[in-house]
Amino acid sequence: MTMKASTRQVDGITIVDLSGRITLGEGSVVLRDTIRDVVGQGHKKILLNLGDVTYIDSSGIGELVSGFTSVRNQGGELKLLNLTKKVHDLLQITKLYTVFDIKDDEASAIAAFK
Amino acid sequence: MTVQRVSYTLDSSLDSVNKAEEEATKVATRAGFDEDETGRISMAVREAMVNAVLHGNHYDPNKRVSISFEMTGNELVITVQDQGAGLDVDNVADPLAPENLLKQSGRGIFLIRAFMDEVRFRKLEPGTEITLIKRVHAAASDHKEASQ
Repeated sequence: MTMKASTRQVDGITIVDLSGRITLGEGSVVLRDTIRDVVGQGHKKILLNLGDVTYIDSSGIGELVSGFTSVRNQGGELKLLNLTKKVHDLLQITKLYTVFDIKDDEASAIAAFK
Repeated sequence: MTVQRVSYTLDSSLDSVNKAEEEATKVATRAGFDEDETGRISMAVREAMVNAVLHGNHYDPNKRVSISFEMTGNELVITVQDQGAGLDVDNVADPLAPENLLKQSGRGIFLIRAFMDEVRFRKLEPGTEITLIKRVHAAASDHKEASQ
């Protein structure tokens, strides 16, 4: 299953709902392009909903890190929402769990931007 | 002792990475690994294949990647060979070091080592061979025997 990304706006926050696999190739490119488009439209508060992401490889992790730093460098914030156990474990062993602001529910994630 | 070995020679493409990952899932499941362990083995194989195809062979259509899966006793031994310039594994940066934490790449070998019991590198002429070893733990072996 390839990756899909759709965006919606809630209280000034851009929520990107991702599903499928974020891996080298199409998945990583979709994520990169989506974040670039959202930032290009002037939205700098971004919440990536990873609830339906079934798999991430090291390239996908790199794309998350790259998105995080590029949004931050432009004065914005990127947070993660709804990690599956697999993704949670990956971020933990790569020590990125403490780098990202990770939330378990959408309402508290949105509130955390304010 | 039964030894089962299967090997493939593949193009330097993303399709090959995906095929190898799918084969790893099948082999690991057949060997008696549980779902979590199978997922870790498949990811280690994916990362080794990405290294071979992308960093080793640079997607060169004239270069091939070889992968083999061998079940020997309680060990699953997987080797991946590329035809690239060779990997200097001693100079691979630690992705957990504070200065590397926010780098986009450089986590593949770290993840392979985290997910497998043993990882070996060997220089080829030309290329690199990586050997990934995972042992079936007692519970998985028992489950496999019980289901036969």
